[in-house]
Amino acid sequence: MSTATPPPVRRLPLTGTDAQVIEPAEQPTVVMPAGGAVPGAPSFVSAPRRKIGSSPLAVDRMHVEQLSIAYGSKLAVKEVSLPIRQGEVLALIGPSGCGKTTLLRSLNRLTELTKTASMKGRILLDGEDIATLEPTALRRRVTMVFQQPNPFPMSVFDNVAYVLREQASRRPRKAALQGAVRSALERAGLYDEVAGDLAHPALRLSGGQQQRLCIARALAADPEVLLLDEPCSALDPASTQRIEELIVALREQVAVVIVTHNLQQAYRIADRVGFMYLGELVEFGPAEQVFGSPREARTKEYVSGGFG
Amino acid sequence: MGGEAADEAVWGAGVSTVAPPPPTAPPPAPAPARRSARDSSASWRWTDRLGLAFAWFLGLTFLAVTAAIVIYMMVQGIRYVRPELFVTHPAAGVTERESGGFLDPLLGTVIVALMAMAIAFPLGLSIGVWLSEFGRPSWLARVTESTIEMLAGSPSIVFALFGTLIFEQGALAFLSRTNDGVVYGRSFFAAAAMLSLIALPLIVANVREGLQAIPGHVREASYAVGKTRIATTRRVLLPAARPSVVTGAMLGVGRIIGDTAIIVILLGATLRFTEAGDVPLLGTLKGTGSTLTTFVYANAPTGEINQPEKAFAAGFVLLSMVLALNFAVDVAARRGRRWS
Amino acid sequence: MALASRTHRASRGLLPDQRAELMLGALVCAVLLFVLLLVVFVFKEAWPSFDHNGFGWFGPGGNPDQQVQEIYTSANLLRRPVYTFHAWPIIWGTLLTTLGAVTLSFVSALFVSVFVVEFAPEAIKRILEPVVRLLASVPSVIFGLLGVLILVPFIGNHVITDGNRRSVAYIVSLSGYSLLAGVLILSLMIAPLMIAVFSDGLRAVPRGWLEGSLGLGINRWRTFWKIGVRTARPALVAGTVLATARALGETVMLAMVTGGVSFAPNPADGLIFFVEPTRPLAATILQTAEELTSEPMRHTIFAMAAVLLFSAAMLSLAGWAAKQPMKRYGVRA
Repeated sequence: MSTATPPPVRRLPLTGTDAQVIEPAEQPTVVMPAGGAVPGAPSFVSAPRRKIGSSPLAVDRMHVEQLSIAYGSKLAVKEVSLPIRQGEVLALIGPSGCGKTTLLRSLNRLTELTKTASMKGRILLDGEDIATLEPTALRRRVTMVFQQPNPFPMSVFDNVAYVLREQASRRPRKAALQGAVRSALERAGLYDEVAGDLAHPALRLSGGQQQRLCIARALAADPEVLLLDEPCSALDPASTQRIEELIVALREQVAVVIVTHNLQQAYRIADRVGFMYLGELVEFGPAEQVFGSPREARTKEYVSGGFG
Repeated sequence: MGGEAADEAVWGAGVSTVAPPPPTAPPPAPAPARRSARDSSASWRWTDRLGLAFAWFLGLTFLAVTAAIVIYMMVQGIRYVRPELFVTHPAAGVTERESGGFLDPLLGTVIVALMAMAIAFPLGLSIGVWLSEFGRPSWLARVTESTIEMLAGSPSIVFALFGTLIFEQGALAFLSRTNDGVVYGRSFFAAAAMLSLIALPLIVANVREGLQAIPGHVREASYAVGKTRIATTRRVLLPAARPSVVTGAMLGVGRIIGDTAIIVILLGATLRFTEAGDVPLLGTLKGTGSTLTTFVYANAPTGEINQPEKAFAAGFVLLSMVLALNFAVDVAARRGRRWS
Repeated sequence: MALASRTHRASRGLLPDQRAELMLGALVCAVLLFVLLLVVFVFKEAWPSFDHNGFGWFGPGGNPDQQVQEIYTSANLLRRPVYTFHAWPIIWGTLLTTLGAVTLSFVSALFVSVFVVEFAPEAIKRILEPVVRLLASVPSVIFGLLGVLILVPFIGNHVITDGNRRSVAYIVSLSGYSLLAGVLILSLMIAPLMIAVFSDGLRAVPRGWLEGSLGLGINRWRTFWKIGVRTARPALVAGTVLATARALGETVMLAMVTGGVSFAPNPADGLIFFVEPTRPLAATILQTAEELTSEPMRHTIFAMAAVLLFSAAMLSLAGWAAKQPMKRYGVRA
C-alpha cells in the first residue's frame, strides 16, 4: 500500500483488561453459553457460538442518529439510531422489507444511487457527518460485500488489486502490489487455495471462494467498517461456516455490520443485534439479550419463529 | 455486559426500546435529499474529468452534425422541390427548366423496392424460421448463419457484378433485352434480384430475434395440445413476432432504396424507363430505368448531368422516405416490447 | 377402425412437420448454393487477371488509370489482350480511407456510446438514440452529395493553399476532392453502426459488477471505463468488424468525394498527404463498370471484386478469432 495515497486509515488501539493479541492462525473456539437453556427462548440459544479469545472492549466508529430514509413517498427506515463499533459484529435482523438492507446501504451512501431516495437524520463516521464527505472517499473507508458474489471478469490477482490500482495516483507496479494482495487474501482465508495460480479467472472459482474473494477485495481497500449484505445466503453450509469464522476473526480490525435473515447465523456470530420491523429499530442490544430475553413482544415473536 | 451500560449512558435509557407509534399518526415525512457532497466530477482526477468532457463534447457534436445534415437537406429540398417534379418525366435538357422532373426515378425506386422485397421477404422469413425453429443438422445451421453474416458484410457492388454474369446468360434472356443476339442483362428483374441479397440478412436477423424472444412455454403449450411445429409457427409464433418481422422488412426496404451501386450497374442507368418488348408491365420490368439514388448520383456535380438543384430535390424526397421508414420502425419496435 | 385409418395415413406420406422441414431446408440450401456460386464465379472470372500479374497485381508499378485504358482498348484492336495491372495505388487508397475512418470512428463511437449509456442526462439520451439510428439509415449517395457540395469546396478553398498546390503541381492536382473528405464522411457514416453495437454491449454489463466497483469507492467514470468497457470488449470487436466491412464496401460516396484518380497519397508530402486525391477499390469498380464489355477489363474488374470479397470474409474470421481469448475470463461474447 506504500504507493497509494488514500486518507490515513485509523486503527484504533483496543486497550482493556481483557484484551489479547489475536493471532491470525488462532482457531475459533466454541463456547457454550452459561446457564444452560433459557426458558421460553428459541431452541438455538443453547447452541454453540463462535468466539475468538474473550470479548475485547469495543470502540465507537459510526453513529446513526435519527435516520429516516424514503423511496419516493414510501418510508423504508424510520428514525433509527444505533452505534457501530470496531471490535464487535453488529447483526441486523428482521423479516423481508423491514428496511435492514436500506439501512446498511445508507451507511456508505449507496442509497444515493437510487434516484427516488431521500433521507433525514445523520450518520457520523468518527465524528464527521458522512454527507459532507466525498462519496468515493467514504466508500473506501466503509466498504460493502454484496449478497450475490460479484467478482470482476478478471484474474484473482486483478480483482484484489483493483482498488489499489485505481486509488493510487500513479499506477503501481505489479511487484509492489504482491504483498498487499497476499495479505488481503490471507485475511480473507483464501490465500492457501489460490496461491498456486493468482492469474486464475475469478469467475471460475466456486461460489464460496468467489464470496471470499469479494471479501478480500473489500479488505484490500483497508476499510474501517465492513458492511455485509446477506453474504452467505447464496452459499452452501461449508462455505458459510468458513465465512462466519472469517467475520468473527475480522472484527478486531474493522467494525462489521452484517444483514442476515438467518437467525441462527446472527446468533452464532453477532455481539450486538438490531431487530428491525417495518422500518423501525424495534430492539437493539447484546445478542444474548435479544435472543434470550427480548424486551419487546414483537422481538420475542420473531426470534421464536412466530413470523418472518 | 459493559457495552450495554455504555449504550444507555450515551443514548439514554430508551435506546433499546422504541415506543410503539400511535396507531393513527401518519409517518413523518422526511426532508428531500440534501445537496451534500455528491459524487460530482469535481473530485475526480483530471484525466477522468477530461474524459468526461470529451464524451460530452463528442456526444453534442454528433447531435449537432446530424441536425445540421437533416436541416440542410430539408431546407435545400424545400427550395427546389416543386409539385410538378413529381409528375414530370426527366428529360435531357441543359437548364433546370428543361430537364424535367423525376417521375421515372421515383417510380423506379418504388418498383425496385417492391420487386426486391417480393423476393427477399419470403426467403428471409423462411430462412429465419428454419434457423430458429428447426435448424437440423446443426452444421448446416452454422453454415447458414455464417453465410448470412457474410452476405451482410459483403459490398453490394460485388453482388452487382455477379448479377451481370448471371443475367447475361442465354437462359435468363427473357429477363432483359437482347440486342443483336447479345443478352443485355440489365433490367429491373436483374437489379431486384441482386437487391434482395442486401435486404436478406436484415430480415433473417430480425425474424430470428423475434422468434427467439418468445418464451419456451408458449411453444410447449402449443405442442401439448397436439399442434405440429409448422402449424405452431404459422399460427402462434409468427403473429407474436410480427413487430420484429415488420421491423426487419422495413429495415430491408430502407437498405434497398438507399443503394446506388447495384442500380447503376444492373438497371442500365437510362434516365427514363426504356421498355424492352411490347407487353405493358413486363416490358417495363425487362427494360432499363433509374431510381432516385442514381438520379441524385447523376445530377450531382460529379455526375454526367450536373444539375445540383435537381439532385437536392430528389435527395430531399429520398431522405423523407427514409425518415418515414425510420419512424415506422420506431413505432413497430415500441409495440413489440411484449415479452420484456 | 381408427387404428386402420391411422396406419393408412402414415403410409401415405410425410407428416406436415417433416414436409415443412424439407421444404424450408431445401430453400435454405438453394440460397447457400446461390452464394457458393457467387463466390466461385467471381473468383473464376477474376483468375485470368491474377494469373497474368501474379503477386505483382497488388504491387506498385505504373499508373492504374493508364493501365485500365490499355486493358480496355486491347480488346478492341486485333491484338493480344493486355492484362498488366498493378493495383497498389488503389489498394493503398483503400487501406488509408478504411483504416483512417475506422480509427476516427472507433474513438468517437466509444466515447459517444459511453456518454449515451451512462453519463448523458435523460433528455439528451432520449434524443441521441433516435438520432444515431437516423444517421445510420441515410443513403450513402446523400452523404456523397453533401460532401461534394459542402466539404469538398471547403477543403479546396480553405484548407489547401496555393503553395500546397504548387509544390505538387507536377504530380497531382489538388482540388477539394481528397482523402480527407473521404475519411471524414466515411467515419460519419460508420460511426452510428459502431455506436449502436457498442451501446448494446455496454448496456448488457451486469449491474452487480458496476455496483461492486462503486461500493469499493471507485468513481463513476473509472468504474464504467474499467469494468463496463472491459466487459463489453466482444461488442467492441463486433462493432468494429461490422463497421470496417461497411467502410470497405462503401462505393458511391467515396467515388464522389475522393477524386476519381488512382493516385497513392504520399506520406512524404507532409500534411499535403491528407488532401491528395485517391480512389478506393469499390469506387474504382463503380467508375470502370461501363468497361465490363471488354473481356480483359472484365477480368480485371472481377479481380478487384474478388479482393473485396476476400477481405470481407477475412474480416469476419478475424472478428471471430478476436473474441475467443476473451471468453476465458468470463466476458460473455
